[in-house]
Amino acid sequence: MRYASPNTDGSKVEYKSRYGNFIGGEFVDPVGGNYFENISPVTGKPFCEIARSTHEDIEKALDAAHGARAAWGKTPAAERSAMLLEIADVMEENLEMLAVSESWDNGKAVRETLAADIPLAIDHFRYFAGCIRAAEGSMAELDENTVSYLLKEPLGVVGQIIPWNFPLLMAAWKLAPALAAGNAVVLKPAEQTPATIMLFADLVKDILPPGVLNIVQGFGVEAGKPLAQSERISKVAFTGETTTGRLIMQYASENIIPVTLELGGKSPNVFFGDVMDEDDTFFQKCLEGFAMFALNQGEVCTCPSRALVESSIYDKFMDAAEARTRAIEPGHPLDTDTRIGAQASNDQLEKILSYIDIGKKEGAKVRCGGERASMPGELADGYYVMPTIFEGNNEMRVFQEEIFGPVVSVARFDGFDQAIEIANDTLYGLGAGVWTRSVHKAFKAGRAIEAGRVWTNCYHLYPAHAAFGGYKQSGIGRENHKMMLDHYQQTKNLLVSYDTNPMGFF
Amino acid sequence: MADERAPTASVSATPAALDLVASLVEEHGPLMFHQSGGCCDGSAPMCYPRGEMRLGARDVKLGEVGGQPFYIGGHQWERWKHTRLTLDVVPGRGAGFSIEAPRGVRFLIRSDVCLPDE
Repeated sequence: MRYASPNTDGSKVEYKSRYGNFIGGEFVDPVGGNYFENISPVTGKPFCEIARSTHEDIEKALDAAHGARAAWGKTPAAERSAMLLEIADVMEENLEMLAVSESWDNGKAVRETLAADIPLAIDHFRYFAGCIRAAEGSMAELDENTVSYLLKEPLGVVGQIIPWNFPLLMAAWKLAPALAAGNAVVLKPAEQTPATIMLFADLVKDILPPGVLNIVQGFGVEAGKPLAQSERISKVAFTGETTTGRLIMQYASENIIPVTLELGGKSPNVFFGDVMDEDDTFFQKCLEGFAMFALNQGEVCTCPSRALVESSIYDKFMDAAEARTRAIEPGHPLDTDTRIGAQASNDQLEKILSYIDIGKKEGAKVRCGGERASMPGELADGYYVMPTIFEGNNEMRVFQEEIFGPVVSVARFDGFDQAIEIANDTLYGLGAGVWTRSVHKAFKAGRAIEAGRVWTNCYHLYPAHAAFGGYKQSGIGRENHKMMLDHYQQTKNLLVSYDTNPMGFF
Repeated sequence: MADERAPTASVSATPAALDLVASLVEEHGPLMFHQSGGCCDGSAPMCYPRGEMRLGARDVKLGEVGGQPFYIGGHQWERWKHTRLTLDVVPGRGAGFSIEAPRGVRFLIRSDVCLPDE
């Protein structure tokens, strides 16, 4: 089935011609009155205008957030939780609309937004709605008359800068814990994918009190930077890459506020020889696990972009893996049969092609793909890449840098120790995959790989309730889990004496 | 401070990139580049007003493009140093806090493998 393109007959999505910011519960024009064109990667053509905000808009949003923070922080957890549940419900009622919009704005296949992006975002609000009801402080009896109480308090106003690869899901990952914990938020969406969050704001504007959620659109340098630099935020959360991550920490250091960062990786996906001991459904699952590098066009921080395959099975395994990969053909993102859509932007496309180029120059063998996909009709100017398998070694740049495209670099290994050595020979440590029929090997490998998430006999699952975050240069903090509440809360210690007698010191 | 002793011929620029650098210098004053790693807009160069980013002890200066210094993290350079970098520019949309993005263009790195005697 093919969903109608937005703003055409029968479409689930009707965009306005122009979107401003969402501040204080209202849609407002940017102070400077400037807008930029928002392009759909599906066609390479603009489809709406988005506010090009500056520090003045950030200040307005911070005014609104500070106006709302005290009352929101004192709102009973039961009420905040109920609002998050209401947000989840209204998203569920509009699931197809949000999924189609996300596909049009980002280029990803609607099959994925229907099955993953939007349902996961919905569940995220429900998870943190539950967490905040179950959360509690603690107390310690220090002696018979002295008690230490630990109470959790919201930080106040927090800044969040989100990426373009899963626009609404990444917003949900950040908003749900921050709002549950009682913070007011100023959120800066990625300028590549600004549209769906405005449809989301329209859905939730009557649920949240004005000023609790504020969305300021614009370019990173003009809107994101003044938010990250502001002395009026108590925390900043960012998902992106390492240089900007360093800048965010630098700005935070000027204000001595905490940061959480998710900066990506170069995730190894390790296939031990025993996966081919039988030709069964588990082996089919392993091949699917290999092909997961093409999920979301490879634009995933944990893309399994380094496949390590044991020498004993290498040739046979790669024959099957190549066949599985060749079956993934780019198509219209709004067709529910399409397995891979468009890259999110032209510069992203160019970057992927530049990495395919350096891979070839370094002597990596192109097993399949290796080029831009030529597409018919209205897709001709969209940003499509053929799923690509490189074979080479871990010293090559295509094994060391996240290409953020549908490109996997494959190397062989001999034995457990070499698998772990290659897997860990990277600057990053966000995700990893381990595939084996041996529970002993699986556990040992999972503990030995230096990464925050080791998928074991599975890959690319992102359920709420499983902590997600990086080792090494991949960042700081753990999302998707109740422990994220701690990243959005202060700890108040009331140290109380119930003794009526003086200490006797003075 | 960054390591200034790094190889100086490791980065160059296309004419289009040099034109953009010159135009950005006119608008913003002196600039600096830092090569990013990681996901999203990573694996691409970031351009800032000079001094905007605090350089660390392990940052390496690869050279200059259009008179503006170009840096990379030392650990990243260890894994890149067999390649020679060329700064280019393409139509684009957004890139962290990189200064060229509002113009609808994006800096990009192209790479060549160094010959054994380079």
